[in-house]
Amino acid sequence: MASYAERLELVWHEGTGLSAWAGTVDHKRIGLRYLYTGFVFFVLAGLESTLMRVQLAAPGLEVLSPQTYNELFSMHGVTMMFLVATPILSGFGNYFVPLMIGARDMAFPRLNAFGYWVFLAAGVFLNSAFLVGQAPDDGWFNYLPLASEQFTPTLAIDFYALGLIFIGISTTAGAINFIVTILKLRAPGMTLNRIPIFVWGELAFALTVVFALPVLTVANVFLELERKFGFHFYDADGGGDPVLWQHLFWFFGHPEVYLIVLPALGLVSSIIPTFSRRPMIGYTYIVLAELFIFVISFGVWVHHMFAVGLPTIALGIISAASFMVVIPSGTQIFAWLATMVSGRLVLSTAMHFVLGFLVLFVIGGLTGAMFSAVPFDQATTDSYFVVAHFHYVLAGGAMFPMFAGLYYWGPKMLGHLLDERLGKISFWLMFVGFNLTFFPMHIAGLLGQPRRTYTYASGLGWDLHNLLSTIGVFVLGAGILVTFWNWFRSRAHGEPAGEDPWSGDTLEWTTTSPPPEYNFTTIPTVRSREPAWDQPELIGGAQPPEDGGRPLTDGHTTLATTLADADPQAIVHMPHASPWPLFLTLALMLAFYGVLLSSWMVAAVGAVASAGTLMGWLWPRGETQET
Amino acid sequence: MERDIEPTGRVDEFLPSYANGSTSFAWWGMAWLIATEAALFATVIVSYWYIRFRSGPIWPPDGIAAPELALPLVMSAILWSSSIPVHLADRAIRRGDQRRLRFGLLAGLLLGAAFLSLQFAVEYPSVLDEFTARTNAYGSMFFTLTGLHGLHVLVGLAFSVWVQVRAWRGAFDERRHVSVQNFAMYWHFVDVVWLFVLLTVYVSPHL
Ligand code: HEM
Repeated sequence: MASYAERLELVWHEGTGLSAWAGTVDHKRIGLRYLYTGFVFFVLAGLESTLMRVQLAAPGLEVLSPQTYNELFSMHGVTMMFLVATPILSGFGNYFVPLMIGARDMAFPRLNAFGYWVFLAAGVFLNSAFLVGQAPDDGWFNYLPLASEQFTPTLAIDFYALGLIFIGISTTAGAINFIVTILKLRAPGMTLNRIPIFVWGELAFALTVVFALPVLTVANVFLELERKFGFHFYDADGGGDPVLWQHLFWFFGHPEVYLIVLPALGLVSSIIPTFSRRPMIGYTYIVLAELFIFVISFGVWVHHMFAVGLPTIALGIISAASFMVVIPSGTQIFAWLATMVSGRLVLSTAMHFVLGFLVLFVIGGLTGAMFSAVPFDQATTDSYFVVAHFHYVLAGGAMFPMFAGLYYWGPKMLGHLLDERLGKISFWLMFVGFNLTFFPMHIAGLLGQPRRTYTYASGLGWDLHNLLSTIGVFVLGAGILVTFWNWFRSRAHGEPAGEDPWSGDTLEWTTTSPPPEYNFTTIPTVRSREPAWDQPELIGGAQPPEDGGRPLTDGHTTLATTLADADPQAIVHMPHASPWPLFLTLALMLAFYGVLLSSWMVAAVGAVASAGTLMGWLWPRGETQET
Repeated sequence: MERDIEPTGRVDEFLPSYANGSTSFAWWGMAWLIATEAALFATVIVSYWYIRFRSGPIWPPDGIAAPELALPLVMSAILWSSSIPVHLADRAIRRGDQRRLRFGLLAGLLLGAAFLSLQFAVEYPSVLDEFTARTNAYGSMFFTLTGLHGLHVLVGLAFSVWVQVRAWRGAFDERRHVSVQNFAMYWHFVDVVWLFVLLTVYVSPHL
């Protein structure tokens, strides 16, 4: 067995130094980069929200100017949605999808590297708006006509529109990569009904991206054409219609909300069985529910526009569809509860975060069902009640699973256990802080406090709620910092994790922590939905060939299998590390800055450089033959 | 050929070391790229119709005449006919027929280039006499939709050149040719989309 590992090490080792750093295509390194970068943006967006809360702590404060407040909530929203929630959940996917399906990498390793670099570049691009003092300030949904050249003549909206187009390239590349990986790289024997639920969640996420994201891209391309070149799409004078922006934005925007929650739900579904010590109850129903959510998310966009003045019949249909979302969500929650109740619950830190998530998500879901009723929605639209609702769903529904993921998979990624005691302290601070921050917003909202307003007069009955909310942010923030501290401390000093600290059920627990560059010494043959529980011979990531393991030591290869039954089909040669994805990203970034500043020479140089680097990337070297 | 199979490391088990069509990762990557591109075009086309129905009973507005049909129909004939040699090239390489591969790809390239030249050198200048993309929303939609399609033809031509250079260098044979398949898939997609663009932009204003 050792000889397999030695031979694989020779083929798969990427080396060290600058070129390995810039060129890596290892999905685990890339996954970690997504996580670290995503958390840096998380801290940034968190600081932005803290500043807002400080401003609102008491009536009439003047910590921030109204303009700064506008910029902060806009950038907070955009950052949290596009640079935090999506990339962090993709980061977990990047790291764990190949491990959970028994593959040696993602289907397109270089595209994967490219996706990360573009994410980083787009994040820098968007945030560089602060450096020139022209950060997007029209909210994360950027309504027209406010966002038109006429009313926002600065670069703020160009940063927004171009930044989102740019990040869209990354998300789309990542989504296609996930889909193909999940369809074609599953270990032999991993039939459709043995795919771990987390992997299903990433698949539903990726499908949503493929069909929803182009709509946002088109909306922003229209916007830039209008702002930079005087085209007419959204201005009524020129025959356009500002409501077109709203339709396009929300046709994308609602699926966006689900595409954040889908992988988060998947994450929860992979943690619960491990800490209930039993297989998931209702596996099929959970998978169907995730796919149903994917479908229905395309039918409910108008529920963000109940107050726009659309035909009543449209409102009725969409309202009904919105109520329907309760069915798949409820299905999953009951399956989780049944699994936990009938199992032997282990209250690890990860499980604390899962339970916390459940509570918050149910509260958010309840207020969500309230909005599905058109009259209620019209009464509360644009109030703090809405802010409370979507933070329970998004911040509760994504942030708590993300932290659960850190505690569950941290040991696998770091090779060291995280401190459970610090973890639980962190959880309680976060849970209490979260509710203290966001629960009072419901009440302030019902009492009439409008969102996106930088201050308020005293004597409206909102003072106490706002003060509590501001105190809550600091408690929440302290909890988050405890986890960060825990992470870095454990990374250096934590106890060794071993292969399987939690007795998990899926394949990632059968290999070492952290896994070697080639993931598994032999690509396993899977015979169960919980292979790590039912197939003891998998231990060490080295299922012996007589039990079905395939070492594939003759090259830098992985296995292609059939779509439904995962029967072995072919041996696929995988690309090696390459700096071209990074070069292409830099060229694209130049082009985007060129367009932003309307300096067409720079844009042209960037475009030509992009074409050139793309050629460099695709040019067949060495072997001229197609592989 | 010996290098077409490789051992898996299990006793006496060998698998092909090449992949085509739905066995290949790249083929699936292209299929999903096309899916997302289709969503992109669908969005622009739906936006066109949205603006049309919001803009009142007369379309095109502001006294602009409905577009001429003759030239676009000729262009369509040229573009759609380009799919035939591309398809033949794709079939040919499955049998290892290098000659037909090369000439099929070349014919597709020339027809595609003819389409694009007509669009930019004849069709656009004649339209620009009457209105531009800045005139009104009709003009913006006209140029955005046809321009987006033209951009895809341009990318298709670049893709075609890339595949052709490799074809002339002998990169493909009856087992290894997924790039040719992918190019053909992309090219047919661009041709199919044109049908919707044609119906929306050129035909529908006459209805
Ligand atoms: C870490 C704790 C968080 C705090 C303290 C916080 C706080 C806030 C505050 C104070 C606002 C502005 C309300 C207003 O004046 O209208 C806001 C807006 C928003 N937040 Fe958060 N938030 C947090 C996390 C998140 C997360 C994790 C997400 C998404 C995944 C998120 C998404 C948004 C969005 C989309 C907006 C709306 C921006 C706009 O109005 O355009 N937040 N948040």
